[in-house]
Amino acid sequence: MWNKIKGILGSKIFKRTVLALLLLAIGASVAFFVYKTEPRLNKNFETQREFFKKFPFRLGLDLSGGTHLVYQADVSALDSSQVGESMEALRDVIERRVNLFGVSEPVVQIQRGSFVSGGSEKLIIDLPGVTDVKEATEMIGQTPLLEFKTERAEDTPITITPDENGQLDLGNINLDNQFVATELTGRYLQKTVLEFDPNTREPIISIQFNEEGTKLFAQITRENIGKRVAIYLDGSPISTPVVREEIPNGQAVISGSFTPTEAKQLVGRLNSGALPVPISLLSTQTIGATLGDSALNAGVKAAIIGFLLVALFLILWYRLPGLVATVSLCIFIVIILALFKIIPVTLTAAGIAGFIISIGIAVDANVLIFERIKEELRSGRTVNDAVKVGFSRAWLSIRDSNTSTLITALILFWFGTSLIKGFALTLGLGVIVSMFTAITATRIFLSTLGFIGEGKVARFLFSSGLSK
Amino acid sequence: MFIIKYKKIFIGVSIALVVLSLISLIVFRLNIGIDFKGGALSEVVYKDVRPAQEALYPSLEALDLGTVSLQPTGDLGYIVKTRDINDAEHQALLKTLSQDDATTLTEVNFNSIGPSVGQELTRKAIIAIVLVSLAIITFIAFAFRKVSEKVSSWKYGVIAVVTLVHDVVISVGIFTVLSHYNGVEVDTLFVVAILTILGLSVSDTIVIFDRIRENLTLNPKEDFHNTVGKSLEESYVRSISTSLTVILVLLALVFFGPSSTKYFALMLTAGMFFGTYSSIFLASPLLILVQEWQDSKKN
Repeated sequence: MWNKIKGILGSKIFKRTVLALLLLAIGASVAFFVYKTEPRLNKNFETQREFFKKFPFRLGLDLSGGTHLVYQADVSALDSSQVGESMEALRDVIERRVNLFGVSEPVVQIQRGSFVSGGSEKLIIDLPGVTDVKEATEMIGQTPLLEFKTERAEDTPITITPDENGQLDLGNINLDNQFVATELTGRYLQKTVLEFDPNTREPIISIQFNEEGTKLFAQITRENIGKRVAIYLDGSPISTPVVREEIPNGQAVISGSFTPTEAKQLVGRLNSGALPVPISLLSTQTIGATLGDSALNAGVKAAIIGFLLVALFLILWYRLPGLVATVSLCIFIVIILALFKIIPVTLTAAGIAGFIISIGIAVDANVLIFERIKEELRSGRTVNDAVKVGFSRAWLSIRDSNTSTLITALILFWFGTSLIKGFALTLGLGVIVSMFTAITATRIFLSTLGFIGEGKVARFLFSSGLSK
Repeated sequence: MFIIKYKKIFIGVSIALVVLSLISLIVFRLNIGIDFKGGALSEVVYKDVRPAQEALYPSLEALDLGTVSLQPTGDLGYIVKTRDINDAEHQALLKTLSQDDATTLTEVNFNSIGPSVGQELTRKAIIAIVLVSLAIITFIAFAFRKVSEKVSSWKYGVIAVVTLVHDVVISVGIFTVLSHYNGVEVDTLFVVAILTILGLSVSDTIVIFDRIRENLTLNPKEDFHNTVGKSLEESYVRSISTSLTVILVLLALVFFGPSSTKYFALMLTAGMFFGTYSSIFLASPLLILVQEWQDSKKN
């Protein structure tokens, strides 16, 4: 008796069955994870455990509604070695700014100029839920640009270029050219405080630079004793004091002719961060929430219908293996969805399209294997052997037919804008994961079905198409 | 195998389709969208009733926003296209569309793209197309690196590239017809569709060529016609099956998916369909034709 049990436990069929059940259990728990972490599917999501709240699907602006802004940063005044640092400072300032206004999950990204993008530095801002472009651009536009400039040396000529008729317009000389930019900008501010001049009772703004700014300011004042240093706000000079002595402690005072309210506002703006470089708006996109919602619903609907069509085809055409492939496809889908949540992948309409296409591609490997199995059955092998040989011979074709799609996905991911990246990522992930599920999962399931034996029924179940 | 027997008919069909697509491309031209040339697009939905186009045009023209186009969408909506506009111009546009606030409307989608962003995207798209093409040609060259008898390996590669061009040209041809009659524009997804077609359709051709090579080594003495015919017979079912599953999900996407990816999916469907067609009905017949030319030269 004991030996019999031992025999069963040690048998191949038993081990395979355990493996298959284990795989189903893993699939089910991944599905549970995907379900539990999705706010839309759980009625009382707020009361869920913290762990589940960490992994909702991330939706792109075209599905959630919101505003997408592209700004160009003017870094022409900067040394090329400082551009990277300034862009990071710019991103931090804008991020703080946007967070201040209570936008949930804003994304602020730097897009460095390069050969590919054509050489200009850009800042890309995604504001989910903000559907008023005006409100959005005002919110960002209010970020002050503070610059410190020094007097142009007397022997540097001001360049005037003749207009297209060869005329020189002397009345239009840009007097800003009296001053040249220094490295010192608003990014070196530590804090600003509103004060009142004890003598004139006028509001003044006192500035404390951070460590780096203090050094720069000391250097600028040291080199410009007796000359003017101009303080520019948003591109125009607000104060041009004359330097009397070197200022080593990093303290400066702006005494424009402010009203108390203006001064108070300016202090608030400066304290929430000043722009290190000037920016200009290049393009905007706003998607209304209803449009996003309907796009999301349509995407989910298309995914479900696409899955059902593929499952129907697999079961009708490939019978038992087709059913097995459908189970593997379910495992593929829950793994992919879980990956979208964990990585996380920001889902856009194009991203959902990539995922849906990967459902179609995922069964390719199974189709290649099943066709091989059918051939091996025809050449007179037993069902068990045909399954074994079918798997090993189909691998090369599976690898080849997935390689070209992966190449395309990789290049698209590397080069794309966020829209294209979403598509490339979901498609590429789908192709990679499908190679695992279609081969490993299907193989484990099929090999447990060996008990069906070699009868006519078994051969019918493993054949396909119109054959009997 | 009937495909080999009637190869000239199938090659003829392909040539006809390619020529038709090229004519359509020349006559209808590609309608370049704002993604690439810059400009603004606003989609508005009216609450109760949509004003007539004629009623809106004069005041829209007066805004001086370049060439303004006004397309009805849905029952109550319009899609307005102009040059790229700033905040103030955008507000003015919305005010005009609402006939100075006489009608209530909501803007569901607004997109303004500066010309420099468009140029950058164009540049990226061109680099991506060149890179994907190079990568795929390299992949084909790699897949057929082993020299085989009867037809030398680089000729397989050239034929694979010819079928790729065939698939892309016909898909673009179909797009130009859609573009002409439905006002569909070339956007970023159009480029992605072309690149994806390149990736998806080459694999079918390679699978069939692989089988031909396998059979050539198994029965080196067999007539080339027969070998190709046999290989086709062995692989066309799976070739159609693998494409069919992708086409099924793509059709689900066309008919039920988000409107923004509708034409993208449609183009991919066309690419997938003609990709499969060309790997069965064009690639192998071309291979036979090349071999026949070689033989006639030798004699």
